[in-house]
Amino acid sequence: MRDALGSVGSVLVLGGASEIGVAIASLLAAPRSATVVLAGRHGDSLAEAAATLERAGAGRVETVRFDAADVASHDEVIDSAARTAGGDLDVIVVAFGVLGDQQADEAGGDGAVRVATVNYVGAVSAGLAAARQLRRQGHGCIVALSSVAGERVRRANFIYGSSKAGMDGFFQGLSDSLAGSGASVLIVRPGFVRGRMTRGMKPAPLSTTPEAVAEATVKALRGRSAVVWVPKPLRVVMAVMRHLPREAWRRIPS
Amino acid sequence: MLSGWGRTSPSSARLRTPSKSADVEHLVREAGERGLIARGLGRSYGDAAQNGGGDVVDMTSCDRIVDIDLQAGTVTVEAGVSLDWLMRALVPLGFWPAVSPGTRYVTVGGAIGSDVHGKGHHRDGTFGSHVLSMDVYAPGPGHLTLTPDGTPEEFWATTGGMGLTGIVERATLEMLPVETASVRVDSQRTADLDSTMAVMSERDAHYRYSVAWIDCLARGASLGRSIVEFGEHATLGDLPARERSPDRALRFGPSRQVAAPPWVPSGLLNRWSVAAFNEMWYRKAPARSSGHVVAASSFFHPLDAVDGWNRIYGKRGFLQYQFVLPYAQGDVLRAVIEKLVNARAASFLAVLKRFGPANPAPLSFPREGWTLALDLPVSFAGLDGQLDELDEMIASAGGRVYLAKDSRLRPDLLEAMYPRLGEWRQIRERLDPQGVMRSDLMRRLPALAGHATKRPTARTPGFPLQSEDT
Repeated sequence: MRDALGSVGSVLVLGGASEIGVAIASLLAAPRSATVVLAGRHGDSLAEAAATLERAGAGRVETVRFDAADVASHDEVIDSAARTAGGDLDVIVVAFGVLGDQQADEAGGDGAVRVATVNYVGAVSAGLAAARQLRRQGHGCIVALSSVAGERVRRANFIYGSSKAGMDGFFQGLSDSLAGSGASVLIVRPGFVRGRMTRGMKPAPLSTTPEAVAEATVKALRGRSAVVWVPKPLRVVMAVMRHLPREAWRRIPS
Repeated sequence: MLSGWGRTSPSSARLRTPSKSADVEHLVREAGERGLIARGLGRSYGDAAQNGGGDVVDMTSCDRIVDIDLQAGTVTVEAGVSLDWLMRALVPLGFWPAVSPGTRYVTVGGAIGSDVHGKGHHRDGTFGSHVLSMDVYAPGPGHLTLTPDGTPEEFWATTGGMGLTGIVERATLEMLPVETASVRVDSQRTADLDSTMAVMSERDAHYRYSVAWIDCLARGASLGRSIVEFGEHATLGDLPARERSPDRALRFGPSRQVAAPPWVPSGLLNRWSVAAFNEMWYRKAPARSSGHVVAASSFFHPLDAVDGWNRIYGKRGFLQYQFVLPYAQGDVLRAVIEKLVNARAASFLAVLKRFGPANPAPLSFPREGWTLALDLPVSFAGLDGQLDELDEMIASAGGRVYLAKDSRLRPDLLEAMYPRLGEWRQIRERLDPQGVMRSDLMRRLPALAGHATKRPTARTPGFPLQSEDT
């Protein structure tokens, strides 16, 4: 149960090795030594994330196996995460996602479908499973890590961008569907995040870090916001970008 | 969606409404795996009467006054009867509840579950100390009639048990005979904390009721400046001659409530607006006055005049921090007040009071010592960390916070604050072996159910965040 000042007893991170997911869980769990459940595919990277969390001051850290693309298993994963946490899940962070390789994926192979499957189909399935759990509890919050890339999809990364546009739209609708259930959704829209996922790429203007995204997310959770942009000015920038003529938008460099 | 009076941490539950107290058994049997909890008028500040995903039994429909014994001065009521209704019925007959908390809008069941206290605790003890018997439905043994002599363990575990031992169906209460519906008030203005504490310690033994209203924004040399009020039920002789007929003297008619506006901007109460209010309020009080006769409702329940006053803190809500410290820990009391004042978390007045001895209830809040209560808006940045530190100071000084007001206690400190928690859990085990009675409070403080909570290690740098509402 989240308390009056936003402290939590438990956090589940779907995509448990995600840098942003771990940063959010650290900030939430540290002050009161809350329980964290990390759900992900690779045992090694989960163990590493667990060690980071323990250093940050989390109480009990557990791991469960979770594959975003294996949609049939999602209900069972959420169930077992709740059992592992020993009660309710106060916050569920949907942090998994893959970037893909735009050029290679356009050229062929199953890369593009994989991006769409993990980022969109996986989010729909896991998001609904999470929502069912929170409805049963009568409280709790889903934090959905979206991206500005989905706000207006760009030529340079439209495979990834469209998958984020889809998942962002899905969570907006899910948020409305949960009104009155005690459960809620917070959509986080970071800009370019300098981290493992973007290593070797040239940072876009208004870039940010996993820690900054985590701080903004925790603050938004306390304020009961529905959407948070990181950094904040992106909201205005994107409002303008949305209305650029197509000819100009198409030429925005990657 | 249900929340407490502080309007924080709402959760969704299935609301069940018994049409008479006999239906309670049926509702308890029908409860699902997330259990159930009874709810009265929702005046607990936190999550004591919430049960996310489970059942919440709205007891306000069970509001019959069953029997009044004028000779013995006792009344038997269903648990959903409010003190407001009880007073409207009984004051004209010359009786006042033996204990009246700061609001009339609580039910008798809720007053027992939280073992509430009032301005008379130093003399009269808690609400539970004036319950002669109660009918309780407990999930394990079923219907029980509990009395302090016949079934002391079950009686005192239910008193202050936050609804977690079963559902109170009816109770028989002792009443206090009064000649009038007025209170004779003596008051004294004090310049700082030392004189506030000295005045209370010297004078409160001479009065049935006493309380100090501390200006929580006064700092430095005027830290702890207060208006201390003492009260006695007025006798007929205290009233002007034309008011002495029984129907006039015992008229209990608090006027209809004024409603607070439905929506208020979150920043309305800020450091400056509250400081201005407190300054005016302090200045207008006389240095010392005595024999001032006022309506009992304005002395006991000043905030009841505004319906929904909890809305003035805006949509994010507020919390009330109330704790008690043993008399020997006056220095800690000063340190805690200093910390709160220096944090500049805007708060109107804080209420300071001296408690008398504790009763036998293992989870009852009052114990001998100083109790302080103050309201804090939750939007105040860094409040969580500061209150966690205060919790630690209070726990290690042998004090505790009040569960009926709590919405954010550091879970690992519950057992230190309530050392008889284990004893209470054992009695609860008999009354509710399956753990059917459950609430959000219990989920937030797992030690109530017997689950250990880890003590936090060092706080991470950069947390809490610096500015939230800018």
